[in-house]
Amino acid sequence: MSFDYINMVLKPMLDGTKVTLLLFLIVIIFSIPLGFLLTLAVRSRFKPLSLIVHAYIYVMRGTPLLLQLLFIVFGLPLLPVIGDYLVLDRFVAACLGFVLNYAAYFAEIFRGGLLAIDRGQYEAAQVLGFNKWQTMTRIILPQMFRVALPTVANESITLVKDTSLLYAVAVPELLHYAQTAVNRDFTIVPYFVAAVIYLVITLLLTMILKRIERKYQFE
Amino acid sequence: MAFIEVTNLIKSYDRLDVLKQISFTVERNEVVAIIGPSGSGKSTLLRSLVHLETIDNGTITVDGSNLVKNGVYAKPKEIKEITAKMGMVFQHFNLFPHLTVKQNLELAPKLVRKEASGDLEKRSSALLEKVGLADRADAFPAKLSGGQKQRVAIARALMMNPEILLFDEPTSALDPELTGEVLKVMKDLADEQMTMVVVTHEMAFAKEVADRVIFMDKGEIIESDSPAQIFKNPKNERTKAFLGLLE
Repeated sequence: MSFDYINMVLKPMLDGTKVTLLLFLIVIIFSIPLGFLLTLAVRSRFKPLSLIVHAYIYVMRGTPLLLQLLFIVFGLPLLPVIGDYLVLDRFVAACLGFVLNYAAYFAEIFRGGLLAIDRGQYEAAQVLGFNKWQTMTRIILPQMFRVALPTVANESITLVKDTSLLYAVAVPELLHYAQTAVNRDFTIVPYFVAAVIYLVITLLLTMILKRIERKYQFE
Repeated sequence: MAFIEVTNLIKSYDRLDVLKQISFTVERNEVVAIIGPSGSGKSTLLRSLVHLETIDNGTITVDGSNLVKNGVYAKPKEIKEITAKMGMVFQHFNLFPHLTVKQNLELAPKLVRKEASGDLEKRSSALLEKVGLADRADAFPAKLSGGQKQRVAIARALMMNPEILLFDEPTSALDPELTGEVLKVMKDLADEQMTMVVVTHEMAFAKEVADRVIFMDKGEIIESDSPAQIFKNPKNERTKAFLGLLE
């Protein structure tokens, strides 16, 4: 296991890491707000909306992410009539699949966060004269995010590893380049390199998240 | 005219009558203590006054305006104006845990009253001084003792310049050694002629500070009189039994 060899495989793997990180960022940026909207929809007094979103969350959490990805990337174009219009760039399609899936998980996390907030908070806000919007944005949401933070952190670590599912829909990312090198060179070294890269990413992410958690300790 | 007038208030959950035809008044500058066994409806009555509970029938008039008249509530905007005259202190403080003491005090006047921040700072530090917590302005509630939290909650309610303060068992969640500091703040407020309605289990406080004591049991006002009368010479058997149990 020479350094020259590691150097050689590292180059394309780092390129793949860029794709991995890009997917990660896109999913975080879009699925967290979308998840929050879903939480609000689930709590909506308009029953049909609540019901539909409940069903959506059930399906998204109840079927494998891999199946959902295959469905969006390879399945949608097979649909009669509209299929032709649903041929998306594979990376874009994969992003879509991840965002839709993770939003469902974040929705449940935020819902739990809202449930954890004491009724007394709403009552105090009401007696002090806050309107609904002020109560939500200034009192309830900051506390909800605080409660949800550790679970959101956990979920983002899972997301880092889930990005490797891109491999199955033939979007070249970190794992793809590792596998290519293994097949070509008959050595397991690229697997180790990939593992180290994933570990570095999750380590950095853990450190960032810990810092955010500490900042929102409220103590 | 009395500051608060409640007439024939009725409230029930399902078929259970929690408040049965309650009528009473609170005069300006009066301190009224409401005592009675658990489940007698004291807290529900107090919470009805600020619209934290919806009543089924009856009339609640605050400072001449009807919050509810014969079971019909005023318009939301009017309800807001009427309840804005009242401040409330809860058993479990209900401070906002994500805000510092100072922010807890200043957020409502800032957002609701659009008060300028210079005035806010002056008033919040004066009030924290008054409740003896000037040095804890930047602490988060999690770092405070129960007694300190309740004093912050009182200061927070006072920031809105209420004309009456309602206390819902303000010392019931406190360790016994911490009730004194809260009761002292409340006594100071009474001495300053603050109008107050206090639901409490602190008989000593009711005896010493209240102008009038209302004894409730099973959703009814059994007796309403001066503390001397209620504690030394209760007329009703249920009052006697309740106070006897407490001795």
